[in-house]
Amino acid sequence: MARTLKLRIWRGNDEDGALQDVTVEGNNGEVVLDIIHRVQATQMGDLAVRWNCKAGKCGSCSMEINGKPRLACMTQISAYGDDEVITITPLRAFPVIKDLVTDVSFNYKKALEVRAYEHPVDLKPGEARMEQVDVERSQEFRKCIECFLCQDTCHVIRDHEENKKSFAGPRFFIRIAELDMHPLDTLRNRKQTAQSEHGLGMCNITKCCTEVCPEHIRITDNAIIPMKERVVDVKYDPLRWLGSVIRKRDGIL
Amino acid sequence: MTANIERHKYDIVVIGAGGAGLRAAVEAREAGLTVAIVCKSLFGKAHTVMAEGGAAASMGNVNDKDNWMVHFRDTMRGGKFLNHYRMAELHAKEAPDRIWELETWGALFDRTKEGKISQRNFGGHEYPRLAHVGDRTGLELIRTMQQRIVALQQIDARETGSPETNIRVFAEVTITEILNENGKVAGAYGYRRENGAEVLFEAPAVVIATGGVGKTFKITSNSWEGTGDGHALALKAGANLVDMEFLQFHPTGMVWPLSVKGILVTESVRGEGGILTNSLGERFMFKYIPDVFKNQYADNEAEADRWYIDQDNNRRPPELLPRDEVARAINSEVKAGRGTEHGGVFLDVSKRLSAEIIKKRLPSMWHQFYELAGVDITKEAMEVGPTCHYVMGGVEVNPDTAAAVGVEGLFAAGEVAGGMHGSNRLGGNSLTDLLVFGRRAGMGAVAYVKSHGVNPVSDSTIEKAATRIAAPFTREGGENAYSLHQELQEITHNLVGIIRTRVELMEAIEKIADIRQRSANISVTGDRMFNPGFHLAFDLDNMLLVAESTAKSALLREESRGGHTRDDFPGMNPTWRQVNHISSFDGANVNIKVQALPALPKELFDLFDVHELEKYMTPQEIAKGGSN
Repeated sequence: MARTLKLRIWRGNDEDGALQDVTVEGNNGEVVLDIIHRVQATQMGDLAVRWNCKAGKCGSCSMEINGKPRLACMTQISAYGDDEVITITPLRAFPVIKDLVTDVSFNYKKALEVRAYEHPVDLKPGEARMEQVDVERSQEFRKCIECFLCQDTCHVIRDHEENKKSFAGPRFFIRIAELDMHPLDTLRNRKQTAQSEHGLGMCNITKCCTEVCPEHIRITDNAIIPMKERVVDVKYDPLRWLGSVIRKRDGIL
Repeated sequence: MTANIERHKYDIVVIGAGGAGLRAAVEAREAGLTVAIVCKSLFGKAHTVMAEGGAAASMGNVNDKDNWMVHFRDTMRGGKFLNHYRMAELHAKEAPDRIWELETWGALFDRTKEGKISQRNFGGHEYPRLAHVGDRTGLELIRTMQQRIVALQQIDARETGSPETNIRVFAEVTITEILNENGKVAGAYGYRRENGAEVLFEAPAVVIATGGVGKTFKITSNSWEGTGDGHALALKAGANLVDMEFLQFHPTGMVWPLSVKGILVTESVRGEGGILTNSLGERFMFKYIPDVFKNQYADNEAEADRWYIDQDNNRRPPELLPRDEVARAINSEVKAGRGTEHGGVFLDVSKRLSAEIIKKRLPSMWHQFYELAGVDITKEAMEVGPTCHYVMGGVEVNPDTAAAVGVEGLFAAGEVAGGMHGSNRLGGNSLTDLLVFGRRAGMGAVAYVKSHGVNPVSDSTIEKAATRIAAPFTREGGENAYSLHQELQEITHNLVGIIRTRVELMEAIEKIADIRQRSANISVTGDRMFNPGFHLAFDLDNMLLVAESTAKSALLREESRGGHTRDDFPGMNPTWRQVNHISSFDGANVNIKVQALPALPKELFDLFDVHELEKYMTPQEIAKGGSN
């Protein structure tokens, strides 16, 4: 069931680069990452690509395939017709290092800016009690594999380098939402800091991030919109603000 | 030539950023030392992320009869009593604290009705013991550790002005050498994968936490990173490897489509009630219950099915036998012509659980099969077969301090360390192994650094390491690293795989030596900029040492036990249980010596029914009743 695939792979570095045409064999059931590896082993020994688990669990092989941010290990070649040229390019929102590998250090800098989880000081190891239904809200966001496809597609930074300084991006909005909804976290005002320090207000809910998420996390509906709504509520209602502060510790059964 | 190299000084260098490495780094930082974490991938991508089922710890949340002694017994049984007893003991005792500690760092495990951490059944574990998050427990573990590192960096940023004052992550750096001066560790040397630039770390202690060796084999659940780097680095630095013949072939890897062959199908599928059948529709595992497990496993379908409802009055289904047994059974069925179209067997959970529950408890399995194989596991069976998953063998260490035997200043923890799992690891024991011994390696390294201080690296040592990195670029028209790697994988798959024989192992040793000779002539195209051909040249060198060590140890061990099956010596032999195989490297070849396995002390010996021990031990050992 072999077929001949026509690829256009972007090759270059931070200064210069171009699409190169490649013809390579493919088999049904293979994914784009298999094809890239075949090109690497037979035609371009120094073609740079990041990958690890090849099972959609580590989020390393993020790239753009026919312009769409995708994991190469989860993209079947059968999705493309016999005559279709598959164009493979590096993530556009981040600086290229070489070929399909980009510098994603922006995301690690943003991770450092989100205040860590704070455990209740009086709660000893082993004593935590939480309802399954309460942990599930945060667990949805903890499914994130940090592929940064949501960051790549988000137009707030994709085409606006200048916004990177003040905008954490969808990956870190779900991180903040996860901690905000964590039944035990004691740090207050996470929603407010999402707005004041991490640029939540710049998001205008086009849901592009949700569309590309390989883990199908409902980034916009379950994290961003609820935080935006509550920021607005709390901002204009002092009683609600007080309630939100007290509610937090109620999660401890 | 040494003037322009990027240089760093730390108290401790941790190689590897999976669960063990990160846990060691946290320990070092909390003791007030500076630590560099060096990893081949981006931070947070280590293979720990692939662990699915859970982390075994006898918290007793689901069945309060569970405790460390039961866990210890299960671990020793699973390892066929070849485990280093002290490691199994420390692991069983400390695992619950390590899980609870994760919770104080923000981890969110699935809960019981009482709100405690939920625990699930797994192969070889007597009670429900695995703390889990659906089937993505490894992701939870690594993310929690990663976020703990970030939390410590945030504290450092507030107190010192920089997040990297005490802990710095060097991502996408490969270590090619552990540097020794005066017989002690002095640091580590390597290159940045991004541009090939060389990096020197000066540090009196190095913790190796590099994980496994799966890429030495053709069909594996391991990512490209599992190339035995730490095993080889330790050997070359003068340390030993113990029992490298023991490799775990996980019984259930995907077999179809080809591109995903080997990818793991979690044991939780069987823990949640999945059954194995052959192409005739027979539930074949009942035929493969070994004598030593007859008392714990049901020999008929009715009892096996009842166990899911009443675990106190029924024996467990044989699908939940330790991994080595299930892998061999599947292998036998396929060889006997009762396999599926693609050379596996069927694993079906759709008949026992509703679609809703399957998607909730096994979400990533559903996703994996639906997206990669077009199979809906809520309606159809999966096709599965054995895949090289884990190496039980590894660096010989002191159980309490994780210090590598033979080299001062070197420590090892996690999959790269040997002894803990004996001849076969139980599922779920790996994640807690990372935490228990990662912490102990951190503690061991801290104590060592405090009592020893710095050990400067000489220019000649640096130059030697630098010359080795430059070498592949100086050759033209030499061997291709990709082809040699493929050749090696064919050899290990065909001759050092699940079933082994003397003749085949001897052939393998000869062929591996031949590849090693040719690999000295590898040449690389392109330059140093993110060049995978260049990277593979070094990874391959490590895999060759691992393969040699495995083949030579396997040839010596004339019995079948756990992850080592000899067609020419099919039985387990109590006299072989008394010995470890110790690999060392003389600069040219791997040599194996036989060493006595530390015997169980009386207090641990007495935890077992003596009739059970009689199945594993010699009459003399039984008569002695423990080593003290």
